Formats: sequence, C-alpha cells, structure tokens
Amino acid sequence: MMRLGLKMLFGDPIKCLGLVLGVALCTLLICQQVSIFFGLLGRASSVVNDAAEADVWVMDPAVNTVDVPFPLRDTALARVRGVDGVAWAVPLFKQNTQVKTRRGTLENGLIVGLDDVSLVGVPDTFIMGTSVHDLRRTDAIAVNPAGFRLLYPGEDLELGRELEINDRRAVIAAFVEASPAFSANLLIYTPYARALTYTNGGRNRLSFVLVKAADGQAPEAVAAAVAEQTGLKAVTRAAFRGESIAYVLANTGIPASFGTVVFLGVLIGIAIVGLTFNQFIMESIKQYAALKAIGVRNGRLLLMTLGQSAFVTVVGYGLGLLAAAAFFRFGSQSDALKGFYLLPQVAVAVFVLACAIVLVSTLVSMRKVLTVDPAAVFRG
Amino acid sequence: MAVRCAGIEKGFGRGPARVQVLRGTDFSVPTGQMTFLVGPSGCGKTTLISVVGGILSPDAGAVEVFGQDLAALSRGRLADFRLQNLGFIFQQFNLLPALSAVENAAVPLIARGESAARAHAAAAEALGELGLGDHGHKMPQQLSGGQQQRVAIARALVHQPRLVICDEPTASLDAESGQNVMALLRDVALAGDTQRAVVVVTHDNRIFDFADRMVEMSDGRVVGASPAAAEP
Repeated sequence: MMRLGLKMLFGDPIKCLGLVLGVALCTLLICQQVSIFFGLLGRASSVVNDAAEADVWVMDPAVNTVDVPFPLRDTALARVRGVDGVAWAVPLFKQNTQVKTRRGTLENGLIVGLDDVSLVGVPDTFIMGTSVHDLRRTDAIAVNPAGFRLLYPGEDLELGRELEINDRRAVIAAFVEASPAFSANLLIYTPYARALTYTNGGRNRLSFVLVKAADGQAPEAVAAAVAEQTGLKAVTRAAFRGESIAYVLANTGIPASFGTVVFLGVLIGIAIVGLTFNQFIMESIKQYAALKAIGVRNGRLLLMTLGQSAFVTVVGYGLGLLAAAAFFRFGSQSDALKGFYLLPQVAVAVFVLACAIVLVSTLVSMRKVLTVDPAAVFRG
Repeated sequence: MAVRCAGIEKGFGRGPARVQVLRGTDFSVPTGQMTFLVGPSGCGKTTLISVVGGILSPDAGAVEVFGQDLAALSRGRLADFRLQNLGFIFQQFNLLPALSAVENAAVPLIARGESAARAHAAAAEALGELGLGDHGHKMPQQLSGGQQQRVAIARALVHQPRLVICDEPTASLDAESGQNVMALLRDVALAGDTQRAVVVVTHDNRIFDFADRMVEMSDGRVVGASPAAAEP
C-alpha cells in the first residue's frame, strides 16, 4: 500500500513538487536563520574564545559582557597576581576606535591590547607574520583579513601597509585568523602599552585581567578566590562566554528578530505543505472512497498517506539541507558570513520540526479521508 | 442464497429535511445468477446495494451476505469482509489515475497483503480474460471508456469475490461497449460457478437480456421480481 501511495503522489507531479519544495524552503529558511543566530551569539564572545590560555576573566563588578568593559585601576593586576592559586595574570585592553588609511578610508575597529611580554589573548593562527617577532616591532599591529579587506577593498593581503589610529602611525605586521566579533569587523591586536596610545581615555585603562589557574587548581575556585580577595568580578572563561551571550539575548532585538523569522518559516511550511496536501487529498477523495468501499481499512489508508508524507519530508528536508549547506559553504567565503556554520544540532532539530510540520499537515488532511463515506463512490 | 435483506429501513437527514429512502425493503439474491435491480431514479436502488455491500448501515432490518449478519461485524471486520467476499464496479470506474491498468486491477490483492509480483500476475491474467492483455501497462487516461470499465471489472474480480455489485456499469459506455462489458462480466464473474452471484443496478434496458432475474423497486420498496427467488 505504501508503494501505491507513492504512485498516487508521483501521479500528480506539480503537487508533489509543491510539497517537496514547501518542506525544502521551510528547512532552508529555518536552518539558515537559526545557524546565523547561533553564529551571531558566538560573535558576542569571540574575544573570550580567542584567548584560549586564560582560565579566568577578572573585571569590574558591573561588567556583564566582553563587549562593554569598564576600566579597572592598574593596581588590579598586581592584586590579582597576589591571590593564591593564580599561576599568572596578564592585562587585556579592549576598546573600539577609528582607523584611517592613507587613501582616506575610515573604518571602525576593535583594538585589543595584549600583555607586552606574553601576548596572551592573540589568536593562535597567524596567516602572515608571527606574533613574537613582528608584533614587537615599532608601531606594529596584527589585523584580521576581513578587516584588511574593509580598509583595502579588492586588494590582496599585504604586510607593511600603514594606518592612522588616533593620530598615530600603525603598521600592519601580521595577519591573524580571529573569530569574527560582534561590535566591529576590523580587529586590531597589538601590545598593551601601544594599544593605550592608540586610544584616548582617562586614568584607568585596564579592561580585563586574564588569569591562568595554577596546576591542580580548579578555575572556579581560583575565580572565587580572586573575587573574594580583590572585590572584583572574576568568572571562568566558559561562564564569561555564557554571560556575554546572555547579555546579547537580553539586551538586543536579535532573538525576537530571528525567532520571528523561524516562526514564520514554520507557518509558511505548515501553510504550503498543509494546503497542498489538503488539496491533493481532496482531489483524490473519490479514489480514497473507492478504496474504502473495496475494503481497505482506515489504518492502511493512513499508513499509505504517512508513506507519502515520509517521502515528502525526507526529500524536501534533504533538498533544503543541501541548499542550506551550500549557502554556508559558499557564503563563508565572504567576510560578512565568516564564522557562520550549519550546526549539526540545528540540522537535527530542523529535521524533527520538518517531520512535525508534515505530520500535522498530513493528519489534518487525513481527517477527510478517514471520515469520507465510501458510499460516495455510488453518487455519480 | 447470496443475499437476504429483510425489512430494511434507511433514511438520510434529520427533522423535516429527513428523506426516507428504503421503507421496509425485502430483497434477496440467489447464487449462480445475475440479478438486475431496476426502477426509476430515486427509488432507492443505489442505497439498497450500498446496504447489501456493507457500505451503509441500515436504520432497521437485517442483512445477511452468504449467511453473515453484517450488523454483527465491527467496522474493521466489515471492511475485511468486503475485501474477501465482495467486488464492486462503479458507474464512474473510479480507477486510480496514477496507476497503470494492471496496478489498478491488482489493488484488492495488494490491500489483502499479497506481494506486488503475485498481485500483478493475477491482475494481468484477469485483464487477459477481459481482452485487455496488451493494455496492462497503459494508464487509465490512455484507455477508452469501455476499456476503463473492463479494468474496473478486472479489479472487481481479481480476488475472486463471491458477490459482485455493479452500479450502472454501462451508464458511461456506448451501446456496443455496454453489450461487450456485460457479456464479459457474465462470463467471468459467474464463470459457471453456482456459489457466486452478481447484482447489477441499471437503467439501461439495452442490457436487460443479460439478467437471470429482474427485481423492480419503487419508492423504497421491492415491488416485483421475475422470476421470484426460490428459497433454498
């Protein structure tokens, strides 16, 4: 009977295509939007992600996100270093600034000042140049390729380009593979002391203190000890990443915006699949009545229709997933979509959603079949 | 006796809009014969064969088909009973347009759980008996009206039912096709088997010659039969 149901489905290729495309469109829309949503959330904690060596982040007690730091006194660094269980502690400076090229291109950038000695916090991957040697040269900075392409559209990466930051000269000495950030596409890494000269500010400039827990010490315990002994806020790397994401969720329109699109995707899926399936069933209602008259039980008709639904779901979902994968595969080559991926968890969740959409649509449409009077076949 | 109906009452609608279609109808169908049910439009012929076929439940009265009281069967068991014992031929053929002739004819066997290969082989054989051996692969829309009705007959007979119920089987056919279809129906459905029976509802007096027995209905009642059914 399953085969018979599929034959009935294929016998109306336009509706079959409509059903498959409805599920595919719905899958593509939801996969794409949810993955971008999670990608954006990831950007909210990109600096935390890239500073992989640090176990604990120390900051002003009012700070809730890595993107809105409140300056600490310079003495905070020494106080943190004095806490038991701290292997090492280094400063991190973070501030948005304006960058100008010699050609006059102006761009907003995020400048990250790293410990002058260890350069803790710089991304691991250097595309051109090296951290130890090149960032210690005069006026040296490292930028991300996407930022370079904002400053020099259409040009290949080139070391030695000069920029103007806060009336001071900066030279691109390295390119780093940094995680895309939430607040700027141009990311600048430079030693701490130099970073301070590239920005204006008051007496207190220290954004964060990055701490490594001593061997055998749990980061949570070290964070608690630092908080207790310094009066500052100290949280583990994972916790701070979570707080930064939670801040975006609570203080921006992103969840509502993406949630609305996903909700509309589900509605569109139900509308397209439901209406098309309903129309398909209604146009075949005489055939269903004939099958019932012959003696086919409702359960077998339901099974037959569920076979049609399974085909529509699998093929439609497969096509939608393929389209979503292609979007991220080719889209990730552009700087705007860098860091966005089709997450496996999203793919699985959307499959469940697609099944639910088709199942609901099928069962609603099947009501007509289950209740159709087989005697209808005798009515002309 | 294939069918015994006694005191069948059936109406549709409620209140003032209720229409009483069958009014204490008594009806029987002997085995080994082709019984024609005739009468004016609206007299209740189609409702009666729907009741006989277990498709409609009577409001009152008893229906026995090959000794089985249909009222004693649950809806599911009634469907199984139809699938095992009855074959239906409809005025509008009601073939599945997405299936070929042989696939359409095989539907009852597929529904009974036969393998596709065995069902298709039996369907092809049934189509061959009805002169459509070379048309099994064709889709319904590629067949003439007479050929479609023969496919419908093959579907009704492929599982060798003991009772075949036909509703205006020649209404959509020209005179010649109608004659051919009835001849085939008589040959194949009964096939000299005295344990089988065929009931035909028709207005078409051109095919009356095929009847072994004529039952006339009027205003929801059987008003005459010739010859009268002999009690076993």
